[in-house]
Amino acid sequence: MNENAMIIETIIKAVTILAVFSALAGFTTYIERKILAFMQRRLGPMHVGPAGVLQIAADGIKLFTKEDFIPQNAVKPIFKIAPVITAATAFIALAAVPILPEFILPFTDYVVRPIVADINVGILFVLGAMSVGMYGPLLAGMSQSNKWGLLGAARTVIQLLSFEVVTGLSLIAPLMMIGSLSLIDINNYQTGGLSDWLIWSQPVAFILFLIAGFAETNRTPFDLLEHEAEIVSGYATEYSGMRWGLFFIGEYANLFTVSFLVSIIFLGGFNPLWFIPGGIMILLKISFFIFLFLWVRAAWPHVRPDQLMWFCWKVLMPVAVINILITGIVLI
Amino acid sequence: MEQFKDRNVKDGYMFMEMESIPVEPWDKFKQVVRRTFKGELFVGLWVVFREMCRFDIHTTQYPLEKLPISPRYRAIHALQRHMDSGENRCIGCGLCEKICPANCIKIDTKIDENSRKEVGEYTINFGRCIFCGYCAEVCPELAIVHTDDYENASEQRAHYGAVDDLLTPMDIFKMGKQKEFMGFGAINDNADSNIKKTPTSY
Repeated sequence: MNENAMIIETIIKAVTILAVFSALAGFTTYIERKILAFMQRRLGPMHVGPAGVLQIAADGIKLFTKEDFIPQNAVKPIFKIAPVITAATAFIALAAVPILPEFILPFTDYVVRPIVADINVGILFVLGAMSVGMYGPLLAGMSQSNKWGLLGAARTVIQLLSFEVVTGLSLIAPLMMIGSLSLIDINNYQTGGLSDWLIWSQPVAFILFLIAGFAETNRTPFDLLEHEAEIVSGYATEYSGMRWGLFFIGEYANLFTVSFLVSIIFLGGFNPLWFIPGGIMILLKISFFIFLFLWVRAAWPHVRPDQLMWFCWKVLMPVAVINILITGIVLI
Repeated sequence: MEQFKDRNVKDGYMFMEMESIPVEPWDKFKQVVRRTFKGELFVGLWVVFREMCRFDIHTTQYPLEKLPISPRYRAIHALQRHMDSGENRCIGCGLCEKICPANCIKIDTKIDENSRKEVGEYTINFGRCIFCGYCAEVCPELAIVHTDDYENASEQRAHYGAVDDLLTPMDIFKMGKQKEFMGFGAINDNADSNIKKTPTSY
């Protein structure tokens, strides 16, 4: 394959992923509102379109046409760039994630690998890009000259920094077994059907990573940074219109990234199972994890920031370290 | 009755058995482990999932569906017409004006050429009205009443407050659709089904 073809293919892939996941972020808000409503015996959005499906369009029009407001005392360039950082890093993280198994383009013999950049340190890159996303809320909170925003930013930083430790430590154990950081290799390690899934050999790491995933995507048991009763809307307090929308898209893209990571690392990724092809399998797993995120939001209350720190440093981190130790002993 | 009014702690009182708060580190650790593996969080997950599967939705889709309101409901006022003559029932006695705690009713009366009292202007200031219903209660002629029309949006409150707005429109009156206000002590249509057995003695 020559250089030009590869560049064009990469651009097409990147644009496709950007378009699909931006749209999915919007659609997930609809699903989220519906499922939360059903779990609370409500109907959710009903008026725009059949069963409220077009609510996303209404929300989109509202977000795009709303006044782009910048507070008087804000540090304007940083205030403007912060949401872009969140959204951009969320999509950059998706670049190293294999979305689907390889497939042949219909009517041609051209093999498409649905991953933008197959780098050999994929998982490291994804986690790194997601942690750079922390700068979005941090800069937003510090630049907007609003105490709620500042408190929200402080909470974001303590939460993300602490749970990155858990994410990293919980991933070391399965990576020790696989011996590669590439998400494709991790996926190929589990080709042998249900019994090869890493969740059976690394259940503790799976649970730790899932809990840390909830914290890193700021989902409900740990959504301290937007805790409405305490700090209004956290770092997004002064944002409106499309800048707020970018934070939103970034958050939902992160949600998908974490779902992909959990599915690929622990649940066999896009390997086919029984009669189900691999592409359908990964979609099923992603759907389940998105549903799990919404389900937990409907059922569980928040924790306090001190409880969160206690939980992270005194429970999850020791358990992760012990898990690494045991895995190491077993491997030797 | 005296025994019910005595709020002092007596022999009959029971104290709730509370879990003692752990002080020692080891006790705290045991509490954490107990709570972690008790599975209460999964009970929460199960409850919301069950409700989702049952799909027992309690939403009223308001503009399309409306809940029945009580016959005692006190929405915007109306002036009723005489059933036989079609004239305004109000005799201008001024009782509603007098009793109104918000002082929002204003009646202009005069003596007409037959030396009878005639009601000129009857206005209610809905910016001040607290919808207490005293005017409808005190009215000897059942003239000023509350309707069940709670969907009143307008550019001004004054659009509801003058005689022409309050008085039942003539065409509706001629169709016989002037509704009487059941008012105080009225019972719901489904009152019988709401009755529950209560003990007659305590």
